[in-house]
Amino acid sequence: MQKITRDQLVEKAVSLLEAGTVSAVLGWKKGEFDYDITPALFKSAEEIKELFVWNDFCGANFSKYLVAKAPKQEGKLLVFLKPCDTYSFNQLLTEHRFDREKVYAVGIGCEGMADIDKVKAICGDGIVSINCGEKMAVGTIYNDAETLIDYADVLAERCVNCKSKKHVAYDELMGDDGEVIDSDRFDEVARIEAMTPDERFEFWQDQLSRCIRCNACRDACPACTCEKCVFDNPKSGVENKAPANSFEEKMFHIIRAFHVAGRCTDCGECSRVCPQNIPLHLLNRKFIKDINEFYGDYQAGAEVGSRAPLVNYTTEDLEPSEVFDRRDTNA
Amino acid sequence: MQRIGVFVCWCGSNIAGTVDVVAVAEALKNEPGVVFSTNYQYMCSQAGQDMIKQAVAEHKLTGIVVCSCSPRMHEATFRKTAAAAGLNPYMVEIANIREQCSWVHKDMVTGTEKAIILGKAAVAKVNLNAPLTPGESPVTKRALVIGGGIAGIQTALDIADAGFPVDIVEKLPTIGGKMAQLDKTFPTLDCAACILTPKMVDVAQNDKIRIFSYSEVAEIKGFVGNFDVKIKKKARYVNEDICTGCGACVEKCPMKKVPNEFNLGMDNRHAIYIPFAQAVPKVATIDPNACNMLKNGKCGLCAKVCAAGAIDYKQKDQIIEEKYGAIVVATGFNPISMDKFDEFAYNQSKDVITSLEFERLTNAAGPTAGKLLRPSDLEHPHTIVFVQCVGSRCDSCAEKGKEYCSKICCMYTAKHAMLTRDKYPDTEVYVFYIDVRTPGKNFDEFYRRAVEEYGVHYIKGMVGKVTPEGKKLKVQASDLIANKQLHIDADLVVLAAAIEPDKTARPLATMLTASMDTNDFFTEAHPKLRPVESPTAGVFLSGACQGPKDIPETVSQAGAAASKVIGLLAKDKLTGNPCIASSNELMCNGCSACEKVCPYGAITYENKEFRMPDRTTKIRRVASVNPAVCQGCGACTVACPSGAMDLRGFSSAQIMAEVDAICK
Repeated sequence: MQKITRDQLVEKAVSLLEAGTVSAVLGWKKGEFDYDITPALFKSAEEIKELFVWNDFCGANFSKYLVAKAPKQEGKLLVFLKPCDTYSFNQLLTEHRFDREKVYAVGIGCEGMADIDKVKAICGDGIVSINCGEKMAVGTIYNDAETLIDYADVLAERCVNCKSKKHVAYDELMGDDGEVIDSDRFDEVARIEAMTPDERFEFWQDQLSRCIRCNACRDACPACTCEKCVFDNPKSGVENKAPANSFEEKMFHIIRAFHVAGRCTDCGECSRVCPQNIPLHLLNRKFIKDINEFYGDYQAGAEVGSRAPLVNYTTEDLEPSEVFDRRDTNA
Repeated sequence: MQRIGVFVCWCGSNIAGTVDVVAVAEALKNEPGVVFSTNYQYMCSQAGQDMIKQAVAEHKLTGIVVCSCSPRMHEATFRKTAAAAGLNPYMVEIANIREQCSWVHKDMVTGTEKAIILGKAAVAKVNLNAPLTPGESPVTKRALVIGGGIAGIQTALDIADAGFPVDIVEKLPTIGGKMAQLDKTFPTLDCAACILTPKMVDVAQNDKIRIFSYSEVAEIKGFVGNFDVKIKKKARYVNEDICTGCGACVEKCPMKKVPNEFNLGMDNRHAIYIPFAQAVPKVATIDPNACNMLKNGKCGLCAKVCAAGAIDYKQKDQIIEEKYGAIVVATGFNPISMDKFDEFAYNQSKDVITSLEFERLTNAAGPTAGKLLRPSDLEHPHTIVFVQCVGSRCDSCAEKGKEYCSKICCMYTAKHAMLTRDKYPDTEVYVFYIDVRTPGKNFDEFYRRAVEEYGVHYIKGMVGKVTPEGKKLKVQASDLIANKQLHIDADLVVLAAAIEPDKTARPLATMLTASMDTNDFFTEAHPKLRPVESPTAGVFLSGACQGPKDIPETVSQAGAAASKVIGLLAKDKLTGNPCIASSNELMCNGCSACEKVCPYGAITYENKEFRMPDRTTKIRRVASVNPAVCQGCGACTVACPSGAMDLRGFSSAQIMAEVDAICK
């Protein structure tokens, strides 16, 4: 359960709106179900009071919305940022993707978000209601009584391995600000690295062959903000199309992983939005792990204006031959 | 669709020996766009070029593929041929079937197969080639010479002589460099100062030459013909324009225990100093680390005695910005540190010295006024041991010394030995050597004279250990020819320390994007045919920054570098390279990745208004490339995450077409 309450956020949003500090608010509203909480743009206090939602299903990272939404507002746009969202926020600022002056950022403490698949694994399908109280109370069409669930049991993978409770950017902070966490987020990558090439190929073949090319990962990814995506460009030859073979299945995701390498903050939105539950974040984490090991620890978005090692040269950089020499340990 | 002609060159047997050129021409006939394909013994010859011109006319060719040697060799030749035939020169592509094919394969079958693939790739590229027109850029008619030793001095004098203004940047308070520290010069034994100082005066009096002494290059931007350089003029706390160099301040300065760099620390100087009597510019400099006034605000004697009122304790470092058309690197050398050579007891005994220190000990302007005295007790040494190759030709001790031969040591050691015997016949002189290398005009005769006329004991073998014992230095050595161990009680041991490039060379190379070898010597554009040019256009090399050199060699290279600079500055305009980057504004999202990787500062950003599909307008930040500054390195095209940056003549589409052709 979140420590910050919905009412606190509503009160903050309404007061900033009424004071004229901001002219619109990026927040969450209910979707079709209680668990598919949807990003929304609010322009009036009434809308906010009525529709604003804040609970353990508010995983959406709003940073990317600023690229499209911030320039369109008369005044400033209020955005609520969880700690991990602030890294994407900084990374987009580094890339000059929105005007900082057009944004009022409120950092909010986060206790980790729930993964609906883990909830379903406990209480089964047919969820009709979820109430996030002391425990998560889930009602389904098959059960008379609500199932009570501990939040810790349904924490999303990216929150189990949370990399930081620290807000690296905000105008105002609500709730707790924590520290960068020495998490175990690379354990799964190491496990895949330890596989034989054949095993690894099979692992990714299994995972990526489920891809339906819905592009949700790309659309949610805060590092994917090209004016014209190569996958939407008819001239590119790789435009939006269902994969014709297993090679193309992999190409889409591998190209995307290369594309965001060094800029990915590991926010985990790609895996969250994937309707096929492909652990896409592992591809990006492999790059982050390699960058850390080859060039020293680097966290994209930790500072505005930082230069990713892949597009920066220092005389201390390791030589390509060293990368080759370490191919077995960094497979 | 292009109409492409393919011309396969035999290069005599260079290519035809390992590649079936007839088969290559035949195979490429069927590639898309190819309308003509042939082979010839020497495509670069007049007959070969005529063949190309004729084919262009006969077959109405729009593109040309030459399968021949590296484009570095003859791309320019064939582009000229195309231009003469009325084609755009950038419609020519070279398939390198010599260096990258026939020379690396031994087998005709694999060589031919690879040549065909390389040819196909070039054809695929030409299909996407478009005519390109190079831009022009003006030439700033001023040269910068970095380093004011004999190399920099000679280069500057020669450039100024041709009528172009030159600036010399020297990090020390005076020009003159290492040569100013030498006593006599081989093989004619004329005194270094007597031949150098008139040149220094020439520099000072030449109205085309400006000297920035006590200065260093802080920043270099731009490109050939248009370098923008920031020079940091360090505060010397003396107004150069007013100081007359009378030396009254030096006499009165109470801080007189500062080790004198000019005499390699073998005597002391004052906190305010003029490095030597013939210094140019002859003005005083205050050492901020030694001056009591600058450190503690107490003293001020020099200001009181200075009749000219030149002392200025508040002087600040100054940045001078200037434009140059050409840059000459003349950063010179230093002897390596002897710290790692414990076996010679350099750090334990004052009487173990380097050869450069020996120069100062024998120099009339040196710490002993030219009398050869032991530094420890100022007594006359009777037995002197010279050790050659200390840190040079170190195969097994690369972490201590250098693998290369320092080239000058054999000759200066012969000079030292001969002069010692000449002036002090009561002295026994031993020289230990690996080999004596004396190629050069009158060099071997000089060395033979040291051995035969002056009775210097040349012993083939190395000194193993030097042990200070009382007033003596016990030298343990091996004589390889007599095959025995030698023990010599020496009074003085002189080490011919290897020489290495000056430490300022490496950061300078980074600023210039000029390449260096593993030893930090600057590399030439071609070791034989372009020895005084750096591969970076507009950057030239003079003297020991390029490799160990003696004075005659340095002076001739300095003159050669000057002539190259003059050739460049004599032009009013330079034709640029049309293969430069350009940004597709519709795809650019203004992320700055390209700007950050551009080594030339060619990319800027502007906010542009765009019409959106929904009829609104949007202001977006987009990259724009300055075509005069872009050098076409392509770093931006790789860094751009959106694929907005592309390189003309090497577009992503062209390269993908080549890869596809190879992989097919």
